[in-house]
Amino acid sequence: MRLSPDEVIFWQYGFLKLNATIAFTWGLMLALATGSRLVSRRLSSGMVRSRWQNLLEIIVSAMERQIGELGLQPPRQYLGFVGTLFLFIAAASLCTIIPGYMPPTGSLSTAAALACSVFVAVPVFGIMDQGLTDYLASYLKPTLIMLPFNIMGELSRTLALAVRLFGNMMSGEMIAAMLLAVAPFIFPVFMSALGLLTGMVQAYIFSILATVYIAAAVRARKAVQKQIRKEQPWTA
Amino acid sequence: MDSMTIIAVVSIVAAAFMMGIGTLGPAIGEARAVSTALSSMAQQPDAAATITRTLFVGLAMIESTAIYCFVVTMILLFANPFWNHLIQAAGR
Repeated sequence: MRLSPDEVIFWQYGFLKLNATIAFTWGLMLALATGSRLVSRRLSSGMVRSRWQNLLEIIVSAMERQIGELGLQPPRQYLGFVGTLFLFIAAASLCTIIPGYMPPTGSLSTAAALACSVFVAVPVFGIMDQGLTDYLASYLKPTLIMLPFNIMGELSRTLALAVRLFGNMMSGEMIAAMLLAVAPFIFPVFMSALGLLTGMVQAYIFSILATVYIAAAVRARKAVQKQIRKEQPWTA
Repeated sequence: MDSMTIIAVVSIVAAAFMMGIGTLGPAIGEARAVSTALSSMAQQPDAAATITRTLFVGLAMIESTAIYCFVVTMILLFANPFWNHLIQAAGR
């Protein structure tokens, strides 16, 4: 039984391996990039639009609204990062309807890479918004004693992000494979439908959690400003 | 019993207990979260969007404990490090 698509190796030269994870990740990247490039080549701002432009507009504006509702303003600034995470994970799990495909997110390396990008992006957005000293000072809040706990929290939530995505995608594959041995007729179809649903929910949750973490890093200063404005209204 | 049998038996029994007990807690927790969210949505339908979003994030947090148990179970059953170590030692 295969635990992850890492173990399927298409091509090998010395220590260089091309496994299914890398191949399908590149395939997905290519499909997403060329697809949106083809659609956005001929954009129209009038009332007559192609159906693909409508699709992209729906996706982008829905993501923008979600990010804005979680308190990140302006949402456009964060759309590039969070939206890419969502689109990649959603496409990775949607493509499971293609036979022979294995979702690259079912490998711990991909999930860990995505979680690491969130781990890097949170301080980057925080520093971009508050400046370096203010951001570093937010680790000392509420008191100095909380410093190790804040750092541990950053690390453990990165681990949790990676393991959650990996576990969910792997369990879907695993259950489908086991049911194929037990009841090979019709029933696996329902399990793959359930797998599609889980994949979409995981994509949603991953990007929402990334947004929440970024918002927590960005929001600290705004809360302080609001409080100052409330206490000393003449300064605003 | 030689040490291979002991490792196999302990791994399988531990995996069974881990899945059983490890899903019990998150199941109770998720059920409580969903029931509370449903009753508050019935009381305040206007806040349904916010409650649903928070519920999803919270459910993901609760569910991850069950997922950890599942991942460790899979490691014990299919990629057991102790078992692999013993096989390597026997081969040498």
